[in-house]
Amino acid sequence: MIRIQNLNKTYKNVQALKNVNLEVSKGELFAFLGPNGAGKTTTIRILTGLAKLGSGAALLNGFDVGNRSVESRRQCGLVPQSINLDRELSVFENLTIHGKLFRMDKPERNARIDELLDYVEMGDRKETLVKNLSGGLKRRLMIARALLHSPSILFLDEPTVGLDAAIRRKIWALIKKIQQHGTTIFLTTHYIEEAEFLADRVAFLDKGSIVVVDTPEALMNRMGTWALDHLKEDDMETLYFNDRKEANEHIAAHKDSFTLRRVNLEDAFLSLTGKKVS
Amino acid sequence: MIQSAFAVYYREILILRRRLTRLIPSWCVSPLLYLIAFGFAMGKLVTLDGHTYMEFLLPGLIAMSSMTQAFAISSEINIARFYWNIFEEIQAAPVSDFSYVAGEVLAGMTRAFLAILVVLILGFLFGVTLSLNPWFWLAILLNSFLFASLAVGIAMLVKSHADQSLMTSFVITPMAFLGGTFFPLENFPAWAQNIIYFLPLTHAATAIRSASFGTRPSGISLTILGVTGIVFFSISVLCVKKAKD
Repeated sequence: MIRIQNLNKTYKNVQALKNVNLEVSKGELFAFLGPNGAGKTTTIRILTGLAKLGSGAALLNGFDVGNRSVESRRQCGLVPQSINLDRELSVFENLTIHGKLFRMDKPERNARIDELLDYVEMGDRKETLVKNLSGGLKRRLMIARALLHSPSILFLDEPTVGLDAAIRRKIWALIKKIQQHGTTIFLTTHYIEEAEFLADRVAFLDKGSIVVVDTPEALMNRMGTWALDHLKEDDMETLYFNDRKEANEHIAAHKDSFTLRRVNLEDAFLSLTGKKVS
Repeated sequence: MIQSAFAVYYREILILRRRLTRLIPSWCVSPLLYLIAFGFAMGKLVTLDGHTYMEFLLPGLIAMSSMTQAFAISSEINIARFYWNIFEEIQAAPVSDFSYVAGEVLAGMTRAFLAILVVLILGFLFGVTLSLNPWFWLAILLNSFLFASLAVGIAMLVKSHADQSLMTSFVITPMAFLGGTFFPLENFPAWAQNIIYFLPLTHAATAIRSASFGTRPSGISLTILGVTGIVFFSISVLCVKKAKD
């Protein structure tokens, strides 16, 4: 379980996080959605002990992250935004280093490495050098590495950034599978469909503040079910309808060109913050 | 704590092992050039305190190599920090700042010892054999510990890989030439001797040279190396804390 209370963080006179309060339950998949610079990565860096806490409190399964205790770091696994694998070393060597850093005994470590490589469908890549892996395989390896010491909380910072749609879907399936095994997952993303597909609950983050926290369905239902995009001079106007019939009637009543689509989280984000996520 | 330090060390050793076939030739180049240029070309004309110049030069080259190779761990740390983001992986693990520094310093010392073996083999091929007694190894241990500790601290303070190169140019290169590697300290003017006395490499070269000639090195030199090493190590631990945020 993750508990954040009145969390503030300032970098060189810029307030990156403003009074963030949040609770994530055990086994929940929670997504932080916001544009670049909203404070998503800062939150993860604080929770994983990579950045100092400004003020407030943050607890992982009851362990205070503020003092960077060994126990708080044992609770979590981290998949950062950028690839941070040793490219010159093999898949097995990368995982072994992680296991040693988390003080795992050799028999336990090796068994877990085999188990996880099968889990992420990389069992045949054990001796492959990381520099010879594709982007998608590197991401899967990073997820396997983060799970190696069996953390109860997994932090995924933009886990599919830079990957093509097919690989992204594979990573999503893997994330869902991890959640089904009882791991709490804290995910940051600026991909709308990622948050919609994966998250049990979503927090909209804008300029370091949480705007709203709710389920994706509830956030989208605030807007209606159908959206009509209408290009009006230089601006895009979007109208929202609860049923498709109403939307079609609106199209019929106007001679302009409309695009009819289902409401998504971007609409909710736009309505609450006045800006787009991506 | 020891387990974590060895995990950090293990990573560096795996990388070192992968690069060893490329590193060994690079470790040969500078000492080989100095041995040929200064040892062969100039050395035949010079004797110092009853030793040939080649015998005088080789311990100096050993001191210099142990310094440069121990300090080279800073480049490895910087590549891992600025280009590969590995520093985060280690910092997110339950590894104390002390353990991290200890692991990296140990890796720097290992590099230094391997590079020294290369210089010793080169010296042997040039017909120079030294007394490899415990004092000799102690002086090398202290010198490599000192410069590896300095390297970790500097690697944590610099903001880019380019800054790191500047530190090498301004700290390590001058010390390599002024620290008693090539010339006896007594040949410098008095004012310069007073400055050079405070360079750690001066004490390393003096101690390694004494031990190489079969005499016990000065206790003052060994103490200065040891104390400076501990000070640099402690500062490095503090620098890791600063580098995190």
